[in-house]
Amino acid sequence: MDAFTRLTGPALVLPQKNIDTDQIIPARFLTATSFDGLADGAFADWRFDANGDEKPGCVLNEPRAQTSPILVAGRNFGCGSSREHAPRALLAYGFRVVISSEIADIFRNNSQNVGLLPIVLPEDQHARLLEMDGGDLTIDLENTVVIDADNNKYTFDIDGFARYCLLNGMDRLDFLLAESARIEAYEAQHER
Amino acid sequence: MGDEVPGVATRDGAAGPRSLFDKLWAAHVVREETADTPAVLYIDLHLVHEVTSPQGFDMLRERGLSVRRPDRTLATLDHSTPTTPPGPDGERAYYTPQAKAQVQTLERNCDEFGIRLEGWGSDYRGVVHVMGPELGATQPGMTVVCGDSHTSTHGAFGALAFGIGTTEVGYVLATQCLPQRKPKSMRVVVNGRLGPGVAAKDLALHIIRTIGVNGGTGYAIEYAGEAIRALDMEGRMTVCNMTIEAGARAGMVAPDQVTVEYLRGRELAPSGDAFDDAAANWLALATEDGASFDREIHVDAADVAPTLTWGTDPGMSVRLGEAVPEGDTPGRRRALDYMGVTGGQPLDGHAVDVVFVGSCTNGRLSDLRAAADILRGHRVSAGTRMLVVPGSESVKRAAEAEGLDRVFLEAGAEWREPGCSMCLAMNGDLVPAGKTAVSTSNRNFEGRQGTGARTMLASPATAAACAIAGRVVDPRAEAAREVA
Ligand code: SF4
Repeated sequence: MDAFTRLTGPALVLPQKNIDTDQIIPARFLTATSFDGLADGAFADWRFDANGDEKPGCVLNEPRAQTSPILVAGRNFGCGSSREHAPRALLAYGFRVVISSEIADIFRNNSQNVGLLPIVLPEDQHARLLEMDGGDLTIDLENTVVIDADNNKYTFDIDGFARYCLLNGMDRLDFLLAESARIEAYEAQHER
Repeated sequence: MGDEVPGVATRDGAAGPRSLFDKLWAAHVVREETADTPAVLYIDLHLVHEVTSPQGFDMLRERGLSVRRPDRTLATLDHSTPTTPPGPDGERAYYTPQAKAQVQTLERNCDEFGIRLEGWGSDYRGVVHVMGPELGATQPGMTVVCGDSHTSTHGAFGALAFGIGTTEVGYVLATQCLPQRKPKSMRVVVNGRLGPGVAAKDLALHIIRTIGVNGGTGYAIEYAGEAIRALDMEGRMTVCNMTIEAGARAGMVAPDQVTVEYLRGRELAPSGDAFDDAAANWLALATEDGASFDREIHVDAADVAPTLTWGTDPGMSVRLGEAVPEGDTPGRRRALDYMGVTGGQPLDGHAVDVVFVGSCTNGRLSDLRAAADILRGHRVSAGTRMLVVPGSESVKRAAEAEGLDRVFLEAGAEWREPGCSMCLAMNGDLVPAGKTAVSTSNRNFEGRQGTGARTMLASPATAAACAIAGRVVDPRAEAAREVA
């Protein structure tokens, strides 16, 4: 997974609450045995009609959507299915950061595991970002702060270990493999 | 072996009365969490299916690793499998070539890594959360994970069970462990008894509506109270299954005699004296008096009635006869519009095009019985298609042994092979765009059952009553007509 330290770029706003992972990527895109080619599945039913033509009026089809590395979404983003394809589809589409006032547990875990930075901000700060009209955001993971175009700073909380892994592009397998001796001892002690 | 069975270690350190969840967590900590690092949690049972596992196995191959505990790993085929029987040539009607490739990939992976697969031809193959408990693989005191959010189902046995992503599937395959932060705890106490004709599904929908689709985010939930104790294991599984629809990854019920009797004699459960030893330890897992929870909710079972969802998340539900909310927020407006439902009036009478009975929520024998009891001697409405899909081969056998398949077929419903089927639109069983389905599954998200499909979640009894009427009706009215 790619390391994440800091980025500045435009944000795309999807204000809907409870955007579930079936919206982020419908199940019919889950039949592959690899994670390649997921960009087409990202928000597929929001972006395309039954003929595969782009739906007019969908912000995700506007040119700025393709160049926005930051997604600001309504409360309880990523609820529903545990499909890791969801954060991976967002990455493939071009997002590196998702900001909401609440992010579903499994989606947040999956995002951290694949290198998409999930940021949860308090309601009032989140509300300001939802109303943002253009302008860049800077995301600084080192200092755990979001900075808007007017230089307002929004500090966010993130689990220290998740932050460390994202900053270093490190997955958790090495962390677990390093525990082999403890795992063996546990199995012996607990008759596993 | 004394006072310890798998998953029921006694540990020091936790002073005062402990909850079921505290005990489950403590018994599986390989390494304690610190400010800098999460806990390393041991996983007793890893369930695997074809959709969320291929890249996990690839991770092993890329890193030159093997499966640490194939004996704690159990696989099945359910999500992308067709529910029609094979043709005369033995060929199965996969929805897409990729679906077939995905199934074959799991078959190869299980073969290569030495994992038990309940695949084609198995007497036990089924939806992963139906199969695990039926086999007795799921036991009290265990940690259970699967690359599937409805893994919460297994918590009905007093296990700590939660869904994970594919990268984590790879971690568990390689190390039998996961890095985890301990979630907060919530207890949902359901006082009183459910009324006649009110199902566990109605209770689950009521709880989600009460705490909200995000009310459980960050929590592990224990369900307690008289109404929960009165549920059989299948009802408890339905409630725990829907926990994720309230945002909580894990839902659980303390083991009691109902749990013990369910497990007695199951293939993978202990047998003989070992069973009695295990049972004693299972019963000792119950939350102690005075244990504390970060949050506690009380629900009155008398408030629960047959319920249907009217919108596009599982919290958007009403009791039959109750008016659907007006479109007073953008979310509600969008949902009403998508569903073709009018705000301000009840759903009763709304036309129903498709009825689906099945899934890991309501695809077990008691669910099929509940639907068959309503359908017996009736016909599915001419304009309505009804699909009944048993949750597993075992459920199918048991249902056929008591003639439930005949009831469904004589009523004009389809009786299919086990699988996830119409719960999610990836195996060929779809609800057409713009059509309304009353479904016993768990998600009514936009497009969940097919692009443009409109899903109303309900219990098996409600679904069957709606199939007969071809419109939304109260199953209790249906039952009353039966008696009259
Ligand atoms: S039946 Fe539905 S919810 Fe259950 S495992 Fe299958 S697809 Fe998931």
